[in-house]
Amino acid sequence: MRVAIIGNGVTGVAAALSIRRHQPDWEIVMISGESSFHYSRPALMYIFMGHMSYKDTKPYEDSFWQKNRIDLVRGWVTEIDAAGKKLIMHEKDPVAFDKLLIATGSKSNKFGWPGQDLGGVQGLYSLMDLRLLYENIKGARSAVIVGGGLIGIELAEMLHSRNIHVTFLVREKSYWTNVLPIEESQMINRVILEQGIDLRLLTELKEIVGNDSGKVRGVITNKEEFIECEIVGLTAGVSPNIALAKASGIGTGRGILVDWSFRTDRPDVFAAGDCAEIITEGEGRNLIQQVWYTGKNQGKVAGEVMAGQESVYEPGIWYNSAKFFDLEYQTYGMVGSVPVEGESNFYWEHPDHGRSIRIVTKDGAVCGINVMGLRYSHRVCESWVAEGRSLDYVLDHLGDANFDPEFYEKCEAEIIREIRKQAA
Amino acid sequence: MEEHTISYDFDEETLGFEEPEKAPAKPLGTGEKISLAVLGFGILMFVLQAMGMPPGGTWAGFLLVLLPVFFGTASYFYLDFKDTVPGIKHDNIYFRGLTNKGILGWLVGVVFTGFYIALYWFPEYLAGGIKIVNPLSLSLSGSPANNWFFYGFLYTVAVCVFGVRMFMKYRHNRYQQIRTASVMFFQFGFAFLIPNILMLFNQPEFYLSYFWPLKPEYLFPGTFSYFVNHPGGLGMFLVFWGAVMTFVATPLLTYYFGKRWYCSWVCGCGGLAETMGDPFRQLSDKSKKAWRVERWMVHSVLVFIVVTTVLLWVNSATSGAVFGEASMSLKKWYGFYIGAIFSGVIGVGFYPIMGSRVWCRFGCPMAAVLGILQRYLSRFRITTNGDQCMSCGNCSTYCEMGIDVRAYAQKGENIIRASCVGCGVCAAVCPRGVLKLENGGTFKDRFPGSDRPLGALIDSLKHA
Ligand SMILES: Cc1cc2nc3c(=O)[nH]c(=O)nc-3n(C[C@H](O)[C@H](O)[C@H](O)COP(=O)(O)OP(=O)(O)OC[C@H]3O[C@@H](n4cnc5c(N)ncnc54)[C@H](O)[C@@H]3O)c2cc1C
Ligand code: SF4
Ligand code: SF4
Repeated sequence: MRVAIIGNGVTGVAAALSIRRHQPDWEIVMISGESSFHYSRPALMYIFMGHMSYKDTKPYEDSFWQKNRIDLVRGWVTEIDAAGKKLIMHEKDPVAFDKLLIATGSKSNKFGWPGQDLGGVQGLYSLMDLRLLYENIKGARSAVIVGGGLIGIELAEMLHSRNIHVTFLVREKSYWTNVLPIEESQMINRVILEQGIDLRLLTELKEIVGNDSGKVRGVITNKEEFIECEIVGLTAGVSPNIALAKASGIGTGRGILVDWSFRTDRPDVFAAGDCAEIITEGEGRNLIQQVWYTGKNQGKVAGEVMAGQESVYEPGIWYNSAKFFDLEYQTYGMVGSVPVEGESNFYWEHPDHGRSIRIVTKDGAVCGINVMGLRYSHRVCESWVAEGRSLDYVLDHLGDANFDPEFYEKCEAEIIREIRKQAA
Repeated sequence: MEEHTISYDFDEETLGFEEPEKAPAKPLGTGEKISLAVLGFGILMFVLQAMGMPPGGTWAGFLLVLLPVFFGTASYFYLDFKDTVPGIKHDNIYFRGLTNKGILGWLVGVVFTGFYIALYWFPEYLAGGIKIVNPLSLSLSGSPANNWFFYGFLYTVAVCVFGVRMFMKYRHNRYQQIRTASVMFFQFGFAFLIPNILMLFNQPEFYLSYFWPLKPEYLFPGTFSYFVNHPGGLGMFLVFWGAVMTFVATPLLTYYFGKRWYCSWVCGCGGLAETMGDPFRQLSDKSKKAWRVERWMVHSVLVFIVVTTVLLWVNSATSGAVFGEASMSLKKWYGFYIGAIFSGVIGVGFYPIMGSRVWCRFGCPMAAVLGILQRYLSRFRITTNGDQCMSCGNCSTYCEMGIDVRAYAQKGENIIRASCVGCGVCAAVCPRGVLKLENGGTFKDRFPGSDRPLGALIDSLKHA
């Protein structure tokens, strides 16, 4: 039995390892055109800023793959022959398979802005993009970043560390406020400004202007303002990378359509991770998850299914974390950007604006927690949400969740006082 | 498929991700410039006086060196960090020669190594420097400065000056600040002032912060009888102190707090590594192979020192009848190979090449003892925050002991490694808040099998 995996990202790797666990004898081939070995995509920024070398971003030693008998192929798959059970490769021999996992990840969004294909305009997703940035930064003094999400602020931090003057265009009235409540979002606005980044809220890109040699010269905003720059970062989100699957006739919607065990509409062909769209029967939108841990969990389940186990994906309680320059953020459960009918928000912010916590309750049960500048325990917060604990219970046990390093100033007493006041 | 994707044929392993171009930086502030000028003046004073110019050998001469060097460097570090936003400061580490084994790094390595060679074997080359610190030695210990006093002095200044740097670099992190204050305190008080003052009162030169087996001679029979017979009774106390620290305090404190109570809070070697060595911590080797070498080496040194100590005692009990000169030569070898070459020349000299904890990791017998205790009988562990790890590698990169922290974190396992000195830097640099150093309530819940320490130890030995 031979399993092929397209993509060596976290999803592909998790699947390969789970197949190996259940099937010690199967052949496993993992293919990627991006890199010879698995590396941590979220660490791209640290390579660029000089915190780590590329090698340091590889989660496993190179010998690990051979030890686990996972064959690595460096190359691009150009077509999936699902009926003939083989992969057509760019300038390489085809790869035959019995079972296939598509884990091709995401690609950066481009919304058809005039000038988006000029030199110096780019997104940030892959090593290719990073490499491109090394070229684009040559001789550059200023950059405009379009789109106020997580990758945008990382790109801003990267360019800022190379002394590039960054103008950050955010369409909303505050940074990432389509996801974060306004208070948290404003904390981040402050952080961005404090770094000396020119943050322009309620500002959209209208057009990218090039010079005679096809390189970007500046952008024009929806306020008809011209901003000079040599780099334009397009970071308006990502979408599932489905081009290959679609061209090969595998069923796609926004992502590659799969069931809760990651089966596509073709026998023995599976898809998981960023590129997959899980069909949700009945009400609700189909599920697309595009973060690291979901890729890991989806890959693990997909691998189990491929290895012949009965396994169904359970998304579990949502969580995530990020870091905005020096401000850390964690979220557990569901915290909306604006309070929904029937939900109550309780919020505390340290007078120095460096720390905050938000607890959201619905029908008397805590359903979401945001912390900024504080570290809280995943296990504890998750159990509160899962068990539907009351606000009182959570406040009584708030100290258990603190995950800050030793000797850090503890804010729990103040938090409890403030939130009790709000709840009264 | 897009053109720029498919035509990408960089070999990311070897090429393509060196330093990206940088736009011109803001010029150095006036304060920083003045600080560097002051430091330069101090160094010039040192060089001139070392070459025999006046006022070398007087208090004035000494202060003309110490004050500008200390305040120049300290104020430089202060100003350098002051206007930045508090947070992790690791930009450019992999682009700088000094911190990424470039020419500057090797040069500094050669200078450090040369200094140690001079210190151990050719102290006459340091005579100029020794003369400068003479006034301090005379008033502290009552005797003229020698190479060891000079060394202790430089060492202490380095810990304090670079301690200021740590303070500023981690001004958002109280664990780092308190820990840095602690190593500064123990180096300055216990490893510098007290031993010298003891000598002033005609007592044996004794380091209250070093014990067997790091200072093996404290439990050698020769030292023993010398101390016990020393007039004044203090010697008796020191022998007692040494024995209690080794046999009672070490296991007890390690049980409660892990090895860190010593390695990154008290010890002088650790003190230097955590201050002057901080810029080099990322150079430690994280490979599994290095880990294997480490286990064999550090435990061999421990066995060696235990055997030597035992032989010396047997010898002294039997008045040399059993081993004759053999145990004495073991002791000499140890002093030469381990004490001089390993802990000094390689341990500090190779900071810019192999990272700041080479000695602590591969050579220190005290670390070996503390490590065994920490691994099997301690409440200390580093816990991981659920599944928040995204395998970025910051923790492993900045672990000075070369522990692949990520390997545990990405599996959600506790990190319980004999070598972990509890510096807390992995937790500090983790951008997702995944790691936390903790003294749990018990030693039993740290890893599967940790409730049976002896069984776990035997298992490990079987797999070695
Ligand atoms: C800059 C950045 C920062 C991020 N930070 C975080 C974070 O902090 N936390 C978090 O949770 N998530 C983060 N993410 C998201 C996270 O990295 C992704 O969710 C995750 O990498 C998805 O894993 P995957 O294996 O599904 O896909 P990918 O990691 O994208 O892997 C897919 C692989 O398949 C390869 N591939 C695609 N098509 C082909 C083909 N035709 N032939 C051969 N190979 C092909 C691709 O080149 C790629 O290597 C970040 C993403 C980016 C871009
Ligand atoms: S594991 Fe963490 S605390 Fe332990 S030595 Fe390494 S960096 Fe320091
Ligand atoms: S630094 Fe944190 S997120 Fe990165 S690998 Fe280590 S534990 Fe994981």
